[in-house]
Amino acid sequence: MPENKNTDYLNYIDKTAPKSPMLKNVLLAFLIGGLICVVGQLIGDFYQKICGLDTDSMRTAVSVTMVFLGALLTGLDLYPKIAKHAGAGTIVPITGFANSITSPAMEFKREGLVLGMSAKMFVVAAPVLVYGISSSVVVGIIYFLYKVLIGG
Amino acid sequence: MQYLNAFWVGGLICAIAQILIDKTKLTPARILVLYVVIGAALGGIGIYDKIVDYAGAGATVPLIGFGNVLANGVKEAVDSEGLLGVITGGASAAAGGISAAVFFAFLIALIFNPKAK
Amino acid sequence: MATRLGKQTIALSKSVSIINTATVVGTKESEGPLSPFFDVKMKDAEWGEETWEKTESKMQKEAAKLAIQKSGKTADEIDCAFAGDLLNQCISSGFSARELGIPYYGLYGACSTMIEGLSLGALSIDGGGMNTALAVASSHFCTAERQYRNPLEYGGQRPPTAQWTVTGAAAAVLENGGSGPYVTHVTSGKVVDFGVIDQNNMGGAMAPAAIDTLCAHFSDTGRSPESYDLILTGDLGRIGREIMINMMNSNGYNMNDNYGDSGCMIYDIEKQDVHAGGSGCGCIAVTTCGYIFRQLKEGKLNNVLILGTGALLSPTSSLQGESVPGIAHAIALSNKPGGEG
Repeated sequence: MPENKNTDYLNYIDKTAPKSPMLKNVLLAFLIGGLICVVGQLIGDFYQKICGLDTDSMRTAVSVTMVFLGALLTGLDLYPKIAKHAGAGTIVPITGFANSITSPAMEFKREGLVLGMSAKMFVVAAPVLVYGISSSVVVGIIYFLYKVLIGG
Repeated sequence: MQYLNAFWVGGLICAIAQILIDKTKLTPARILVLYVVIGAALGGIGIYDKIVDYAGAGATVPLIGFGNVLANGVKEAVDSEGLLGVITGGASAAAGGISAAVFFAFLIALIFNPKAK
Repeated sequence: MATRLGKQTIALSKSVSIINTATVVGTKESEGPLSPFFDVKMKDAEWGEETWEKTESKMQKEAAKLAIQKSGKTADEIDCAFAGDLLNQCISSGFSARELGIPYYGLYGACSTMIEGLSLGALSIDGGGMNTALAVASSHFCTAERQYRNPLEYGGQRPPTAQWTVTGAAAAVLENGGSGPYVTHVTSGKVVDFGVIDQNNMGGAMAPAAIDTLCAHFSDTGRSPESYDLILTGDLGRIGREIMINMMNSNGYNMNDNYGDSGCMIYDIEKQDVHAGGSGCGCIAVTTCGYIFRQLKEGKLNNVLILGTGALLSPTSSLQGESVPGIAHAIALSNKPGGEG
């Protein structure tokens, strides 16, 4: 905390600042987030029942398709328009992961295809990969030790 | 029924994230990090697959599901390859999503320009 | 010689006029309530340029050229330009000045830059070293977003305290003599920081600086809010404006009648989806050079005090957990040389 903190003032602005409309935001996040998952379910059923994919391949194919849709809707300038209302409902699904990679890629294209678009592509999404992959390694170590020591 | 379960579970996971964004000072990026770590932990102890069985895409499409994929991948790889699997398992299992994201982002960025708001 | 009043204020001895002004604005601004007062209204955010940074630079350049032309002058007759913007290394200003061929000082006062430029220009003329000076400032929504926040296509939600960066550039030509409106007083602001961390509440972060400078101005000059037809702050927005009124009232100054904030004036806050109002260098710049200048010229306003407000943060300082320091500079404009009474 900075030393210049004026607690009275901070309390005052905390009280007066308008709050986000929580109930509306949460409801919209629930509805739109839920709908995106239903779309995922539809695509999954299509892959499994019509194309005959096994469960593992189906799940990967759903991810790839949802990522494509998220990227496409970002390119068409539709994703941010939905996200304005949906909030976490569009951030948390894997389509949001696609949006967080596609949007900086588009934004920084003007600084070049190598040092702009490619270098900045993960400026928003990198933490998810860093923490996700690192957690998987930790899980792996624990699981490995568990097998060796306890012989699971 | 599977569709209803997908809807309410997926919706609930998003709604909890929204509450965290509005109520705490956590930025969306931190919440996503939190979710993926929670997913990996729940996957590691084998709980998340039960939620996936119940809710289908409602559990796999949100980012927690991505953490679960990483954890399941690493466990399978440790089973088949031993210690080396600790390193290769997670990313191999998530390769589909990651490669798709990189390639489609590349493609879309080549085609479309950002629009002023 | 100029007179030093109190600790922070200078009363100019010469009659330094704003000869003429020019403004360039984006689409959202030309849909707002101040639209009739702007000179150039861009049809889109690009204005024929490949990048928004180039657009912003062009906006500055065109505003400067138009202001010089409207003043009946040529670039050769301008002794110096004081210009600034929000982008790293002030590139909008530097690249615009590259083509203007006028001696140039680059300024950074965040969103207060236009008033900083007018202050320095007026003081330079009052000091006798210059006869004419140009003040220019700009901001562009798209360039500011990518530097301070997220890519435009990123799906995020803005909190109700967030403000909308004005796409606008304005220029004003200052000269020794002339027929007014005159810059009569300059109050230089201190950096004030009460520890607000939330970069989505700029109004709350900057209000203490505005209050500090305004109180200093009143105590230095012996004036009060009644001395002015209008007191205008830069971009405190709806939230900062409320804080300003309340805290000035508790300091014993009645601000209920003649106080405005350009962040609240430039957009129709209810209809234009800008949350707490406008912000950015362009906000006070186009409001002063468009609306205020016209009102003074037409005699609808005669004495105006303008406080440019700025938040001196950067993305780096925010990531490092620093709070948001604010600054406010004030200039008094009057249709009478030397000001009221």
